[in-house]
Amino acid sequence: MNQAHDPLLTTPVIRADDLCIDYRLGKTWLNAVREVSLAIHPMQIHGLVGESGSGKSTLALALMRYMSSNARISSGTLTFEGVDLLSYSEAQMRSIWGHRIALVPQDALASLNPSYTVGNQMGELLQRHTDRSPAQAQAYAVEMLRQVKIADPELVARRYPHQLSGGMMQRVMIAMALSTQPRLLILDEPTTALDVTTQAVILDLFRELVRDPSITAGAGALYVSHDLGTVAQLCDHVTVLYAGEVMESAPVADLYVRPLHPYTVGLLASLPRPIEGQETRLSTIEGVAPSLADRPHACVFSTRCPAALDLCRAEKPPLENISAGRMVRCWRWREIESGELSLGLSPVTRSPQPIAEAQAATDEITAHPTRVLNVRGITKHFGQRTWIDRALRRKFRPIRAVDDVDLSVNVQSTLGVVGESGSGKTTLARCIVALETADKGEIELCGIDISRDLSQRPRDVLRNLRMVFQNPESALNPYHTIGQALKRPLRLLGQRDGRALELDQRVAELLESVRLPTEYAGRYPGELSGGEKQRVAIARAFAAQPALIVADEPTSSLDVSVQAVVLNLLKDLRRTNGVSYVLISHDLDVISYLADWIVVMYLGQIVEQGTTQDVYGAPSHPYTEALVSAHPVADPQVRGKPIRLDGEVPSARDLPTGCRFHTRCPRKIGPICQQQEPPWQDAGNRHFIRCHIPIDELAALQTDGEAHKA
Amino acid sequence: MITYLARRFLLLVFTLLITSILIFTLTWLIPGDIVVLSQGGARDLSEQARAAIREDLGLDDSVPQQYLNWLGSFLRGDWGESFNRGSAPVRPLVLEKLGNTLRLAALTLAISIPLSILLGVIAALRENTWIDSLISVFSLAVVGLPEFVTSLVLINVFAHQLDWLPATSRVQDGYTLGDWLRILILPAVTATFVLLGYVSRMTRAGVIDELKKPYVRTVTLKGLPRRQIVFKHVLRNALLPTITVIAISIGWLIGGLVVIEQVFNYPGLGRELFDSIEAKNIPIVQSIVMIIVLAFSLANLGADLLYALLNPRIRLG
Repeated sequence: MNQAHDPLLTTPVIRADDLCIDYRLGKTWLNAVREVSLAIHPMQIHGLVGESGSGKSTLALALMRYMSSNARISSGTLTFEGVDLLSYSEAQMRSIWGHRIALVPQDALASLNPSYTVGNQMGELLQRHTDRSPAQAQAYAVEMLRQVKIADPELVARRYPHQLSGGMMQRVMIAMALSTQPRLLILDEPTTALDVTTQAVILDLFRELVRDPSITAGAGALYVSHDLGTVAQLCDHVTVLYAGEVMESAPVADLYVRPLHPYTVGLLASLPRPIEGQETRLSTIEGVAPSLADRPHACVFSTRCPAALDLCRAEKPPLENISAGRMVRCWRWREIESGELSLGLSPVTRSPQPIAEAQAATDEITAHPTRVLNVRGITKHFGQRTWIDRALRRKFRPIRAVDDVDLSVNVQSTLGVVGESGSGKTTLARCIVALETADKGEIELCGIDISRDLSQRPRDVLRNLRMVFQNPESALNPYHTIGQALKRPLRLLGQRDGRALELDQRVAELLESVRLPTEYAGRYPGELSGGEKQRVAIARAFAAQPALIVADEPTSSLDVSVQAVVLNLLKDLRRTNGVSYVLISHDLDVISYLADWIVVMYLGQIVEQGTTQDVYGAPSHPYTEALVSAHPVADPQVRGKPIRLDGEVPSARDLPTGCRFHTRCPRKIGPICQQQEPPWQDAGNRHFIRCHIPIDELAALQTDGEAHKA
Repeated sequence: MITYLARRFLLLVFTLLITSILIFTLTWLIPGDIVVLSQGGARDLSEQARAAIREDLGLDDSVPQQYLNWLGSFLRGDWGESFNRGSAPVRPLVLEKLGNTLRLAALTLAISIPLSILLGVIAALRENTWIDSLISVFSLAVVGLPEFVTSLVLINVFAHQLDWLPATSRVQDGYTLGDWLRILILPAVTATFVLLGYVSRMTRAGVIDELKKPYVRTVTLKGLPRRQIVFKHVLRNALLPTITVIAISIGWLIGGLVVIEQVFNYPGLGRELFDSIEAKNIPIVQSIVMIIVLAFSLANLGADLLYALLNPRIRLG
């Protein structure tokens, strides 16, 4: 990490000491954030890491004194540029907002007024805080857009928010925030809603801008995120928040390499990474984060800490200042530092435990041919011609979501489908499960042809092909108890003559298999957390003992620690039930943890397929290469190859000719990429790549410039 | 946007066509001999006279043919002759009443729209406070009052007690703008009371919804003054649904002010329609109903057009 000066020696831009924030629930005030001390220095990007419920967004906005009407800062000090910010009135804050402190929010589209152009909205900020005329403000806005590397900024300034893509709009938000040269920038999960490749570009941009004194004049930045990877890649200093309190704060390298708090250690250990062997599991943090009303008065992490002593449960540890910029709130940090205390949080190996039932399931499957699923030529286009289109003789341009896709899944194996938005992976999954009816193609389940149309699939087929959805909030009927939700597939798809008692027993077994208490059968989804709901959804998918489960981004909406639990579960259940998965994800680490075979999709087509190792290594398709290099590694000392994709994903209505990736391919070789569709090339070991570049050349190009130490 | 507007326009034409068929059919089903009615109810007509009238009115053609004849004449501007008032031509009569009604509608809109929107905005900004409750109670209360009650109360207070304004709204030739305003204020205020409830509640709901949206946070964190946030940003989006309500109100203002016109003795379209129905003056009834439906449809089309213009997502696709 290149540091020309030590930012910690300068006066902090903003400083919070023992800040406490309360929320009002009904008539009582509850403590949401407690005794938080934080300092952000000029030219420093300070990461604020926490899971949902940790209070990180509340804290970030409170630093700006922007609170909802049921929140208040109850104690502590907040000093901004030497001024006590807590003493400011709302009128005084209005001269600071947008001027000295700026926010880059999470959802750029929702954060802009849909009725005014981008230029207008940027211009009004400039007119408010600087002495510019409307024309001057517009001109400066265009200049700022140019600074954030938007091509054709004059045109973009005249556009409305809904006409721009997510990545472009986030750039607009950054440009707007920087246009008044604020002293403090607060970024609230700014890249969560973006694709990985877009995220990489935005993070690069951000890194460059914050370090450029001509643009930011030595501003400091607070980067709020739950994604440990992006924080490692972007931030200089990190503060870890849990249940509203600071657990640890350290320079980024120290935090990731030598964490001193058990929570930090646990978080880092639960990140999925490619682990050899089928029987290894991710380490997890036991238990669930306490709700606002239930927080312990002693150490707030003590209920889940593997190293908790009676002292921890009796007295709250103070936030100790260990060295410059390093703080820990733990009684046992010295033991952790010296290595005396082993938290036992590294990946665990367990021996397999076959169950009699699973054996029967495996027997049934091995009786069938080796392919559980075989898909050929699946095509799905969206769009209709209305009579007006016909009258005006408009050309019919459907959305070509999936075009002629072939894939297959072997017995007891997991197929990972990787792709970003617009790749068609979700449409493909829905076609397999027949939630969408594919326009063309054949689907074979265990060697038997099944219909593309859901209404024509017999019960047997429905039983063997189940799905787990991305959003656990909407996957369960809020008016059915968990027991009812689990009984439904049992009744409809399992043995019809199941008696009530047997059904209840089976429900209890299912809940146990996903490590949920059997009492949950009587609860409603509203009473469960996100992770618990997703586990119920998984149990429901397994209920009738299917042969294949399609899981669409099963952990994307979950916190890191919860994700580890669910991934472990998926791995265990795969073994004990002998089931195959089609796993869809944009997260390369999740895929590599579970999948043994990968297909990479771009704009409705498969561009590469092979084993996990082959696909992630060289040679690989230029798009895969870009994906891998864009993936933020949770290690600040590792920087991926800086391969970045230019431009935006083309619309699925107006597909590029020839190779669909040629508009953005950093390895485009010439006109052939535009004119001809690339052939499938064999890289050995059933690894296929669809590219015009010969395999050997591709391998040579790509091994030059592996991930290097920064 | 072309698709959007083309569909709306075709819907308009279709609506008018269906309406014309319905009007034509219904009025021809009114009990009573048309021939007799056309002479103002005169019973003693000779056979010759009857035959002549029948030919005049084209009653010997088939019903579909009669419809087409009538439609053709209507579109050409020949709206027939009144069954009363000595066979006066219908069109100038109806247009004169329409003019009066439009004046009253214009004044009503000019008063009610800004007032309702203002009240709605205040209520939304002070949501759940006593001001909000006061505005809600007031606007709902006046909506509930029947128009003749409101009119009579207003006449009593402003005309009889205070003698500021006339008690009736008779129209005479040569009225100046000042004269028009004097006779129109009380009926306009009465009509405003009816609209106040709808429009202010719609506005209030729209503003409350918008205030919850993330872009309001962005705009606040730009440090913009409250007024700019509400009037430039929030209202622009919050009023879109209110426009639809206003469009529907216009239809009511054209044809539905019967009671107000009666109480104030104002020669508007609504009153004329009512009188003509009583007198079974079929040509006038037909023409007025067509005008009302046209006004309603145009108002809705106008609202759709305005909505499309104001909403960039529809305007630009």
